[in-house]
Amino acid sequence: MHAVYPLVLGALLFSIGLYGVLARRNAIAVLLAIELLLNAVTLNLVAFGSILRDQYGMGQVFTLFIITIAAAETGLGLAIVLLLYRQRATADLGEQRELAEPVERFDADELVPATELSTTEPSTTVLGAAR
Amino acid sequence: MNTLAFIALLLPAFGSAVTFIGGRDLRHVKFWSTAPIAAAFVATLLVALEHGTAGTSTHTYSIGTAGAFHVEIGTRVSGLAALTAVLVAGVALCVQAYSTSYLGGEPRYASYAALISLFTAAMLTVVYAADLIVLLVGWEIMGACSYFLIGHYWEKPVARAASIKAFLMTKTGDVPFLFGLIALGVQAKSFQINDVIVAADNAALHHPAWIAALLLCGVLGKSAQFPLHSWLPDAMAGPTPISALIHAATMVAAGIYLVALLYPVFVLAPAVLVAMAVIAAITMLGSALCALAQTDVKKILAYSTVSQLAYMLGGLAVGGRSQAIYLLLVHGAFKALLFLAAGVVIHRVGSNELSAMGGLRYRMPIAYGSMTVGLLALAGIPPFSGFFGKEGVLGAAYSASGEFAAPGRIVLIFGLITAGVTAAYALRLWLGVFHGPFPEAPHEHEARVEAPQTELIPLVLLSIPAAALGVVVLFGTGFSHVLGGWSGEAGSLLGSGATDLWPTGITTLLSLLFVVGFGGLTYLAWRRDRQADPAVMLLGPARGLLLEGFYFDRLIDAGVVRPTRAAAKLVAYLDANVFDAYVRGSGTGARDLGSVLRRLQTGSVQFYLTCLFLGVVVMAAVYAYVGTVS
Repeated sequence: MHAVYPLVLGALLFSIGLYGVLARRNAIAVLLAIELLLNAVTLNLVAFGSILRDQYGMGQVFTLFIITIAAAETGLGLAIVLLLYRQRATADLGEQRELAEPVERFDADELVPATELSTTEPSTTVLGAAR
Repeated sequence: MNTLAFIALLLPAFGSAVTFIGGRDLRHVKFWSTAPIAAAFVATLLVALEHGTAGTSTHTYSIGTAGAFHVEIGTRVSGLAALTAVLVAGVALCVQAYSTSYLGGEPRYASYAALISLFTAAMLTVVYAADLIVLLVGWEIMGACSYFLIGHYWEKPVARAASIKAFLMTKTGDVPFLFGLIALGVQAKSFQINDVIVAADNAALHHPAWIAALLLCGVLGKSAQFPLHSWLPDAMAGPTPISALIHAATMVAAGIYLVALLYPVFVLAPAVLVAMAVIAAITMLGSALCALAQTDVKKILAYSTVSQLAYMLGGLAVGGRSQAIYLLLVHGAFKALLFLAAGVVIHRVGSNELSAMGGLRYRMPIAYGSMTVGLLALAGIPPFSGFFGKEGVLGAAYSASGEFAAPGRIVLIFGLITAGVTAAYALRLWLGVFHGPFPEAPHEHEARVEAPQTELIPLVLLSIPAAALGVVVLFGTGFSHVLGGWSGEAGSLLGSGATDLWPTGITTLLSLLFVVGFGGLTYLAWRRDRQADPAVMLLGPARGLLLEGFYFDRLIDAGVVRPTRAAAKLVAYLDANVFDAYVRGSGTGARDLGSVLRRLQTGSVQFYLTCLFLGVVVMAAVYAYVGTVS
């Protein structure tokens, strides 16, 4: 089998996963897309391990690790999504914006605008009053 | 003798500190303000007696080095210093005694008395200084004391303005003066006055004209000569004893004293002598005319002081050092007397204005008598002391030769005219205050309103030298012998070079003619209408001009004050709108940039991730591009 097939498949899987992570609003769908990303990576690991004739099978070993981590990550992610849904009755990521910077409000110790400073008169010298 | 001189200058400083510490107790203040100065007066008298006609005796303690130069504290007693110190301490004693009742009950009397003592110490420092730097210290302390004392009544805006004006104008002269002293010390390779004078005598100074001109600037400021004269009439906003002490007898005398002290330096620069003569001529005649027009008694005396100081400066410009110092001493006596007597009159009448006075000769016989003596001396009527002082200067101007010839002509012509004008304004003051009708009392023989004895005793005491110091001229060259030579050498070495103060020659006749002529005109003008001011008739349309002092203040206002204020406004504008704009701009710029960048923080996790991904793509693209190029 030509080595390009698994790599192309991996690239396709990664692209689909990336689209899912960046574009989908549903938190579950994003989690699924993350799984796709991970699997694309594992596919690449196995493919490169075989292309480079890795005699220790490091690609496959890492794949096993990634599968384990993916299982744990999915469990954690689902728990977060569940809590999110319980609190807010929605799993839409587009509505979770509490961490955004407020655009209009300024802090209390703002700089004084330039027009207010220039109106203060310089104090008059006393010599002139001696006339 | 040097130790005694040192004690004499430390005593008032000590008295000042003690006075200030116990300022709440009136009796404490009265004692500690007068007793140390009385002791200092005795000490200066002893110094002068012990000095006799000896040369200069110097005794110094080195207190450390400043670079290549030593600053030494100590005293240098020459005949000039010994005589001037007696004048300073004597007048200061009279003024302090006078002030105990004149200002005794006032709220700030303690600080006032302490400042007078400090001032006396500073003036004695200048007089006895052996080192130019020490002299400068005393010189500046005097300026500061003068500032505080003119502004004694700081509730009044006039006094505040006058004190600042005096400070600024004298400082205008003091800045070049400082440079002159430094140049002098550097070129003489020592700041010791003895070394400086030796260097000047040996013509070891490279640019004596520049140094003399710079020093002259300080002298003009301190001694209130044109064009730095206009602070002195304004300084009359202070209490009258201050005017007597500082602005008549001592501080303004410091400038003249300095020229006499460093006379060998000035003699090396004939151009500066001519400038000095021209300035003296302008000042003496101009301010005498102003004095003739003034209606405020203290201002008449102030302009008269300026005019008399110009006489002394003129005397120095024509080589008449002994004559100028003689005039300085007698002027100190009679001008202090005049101011103190005027203070008595002003206190009882309650006004400075000449129009509010008149016919006081029965009400205040002692003030009348002493002021008459003072005015006779001022007008130059023989045999009062002022006559001989003025004649000395005029005689020196008449007989000036060599490099003094050109200044001599200028001083002689203006001096003669000024002598006449002086007599006129002295007579006008005398008639206006003590003769004619009293404005608010029809009957002249009302009850006496004489001042307390503490005020009258100084008047009587000062009347004695004012009347009798002319005795000195009977000794002919004796005064020169005591005073010592130009370089401070012993008087006995002078031989035929000593100056004879006895008035001789045609100048006496001429000046007496001027005195009688101008005085007679004034008297005739007064005879016509005893109510009116004789100056109105004598001066005619010029009176307004002279009343305002030739509009000199307006000239300064237009030439200095307004440009300075405009420049200050410009600077303030530039500061607020140009330099601060950068500072504020950095703040507002950062804030505006922040508000732009803040829009990126949407809170959407997916947006952040997209940016992250795009960043990775850009980095990869750059990396790939760089890889292909290299």
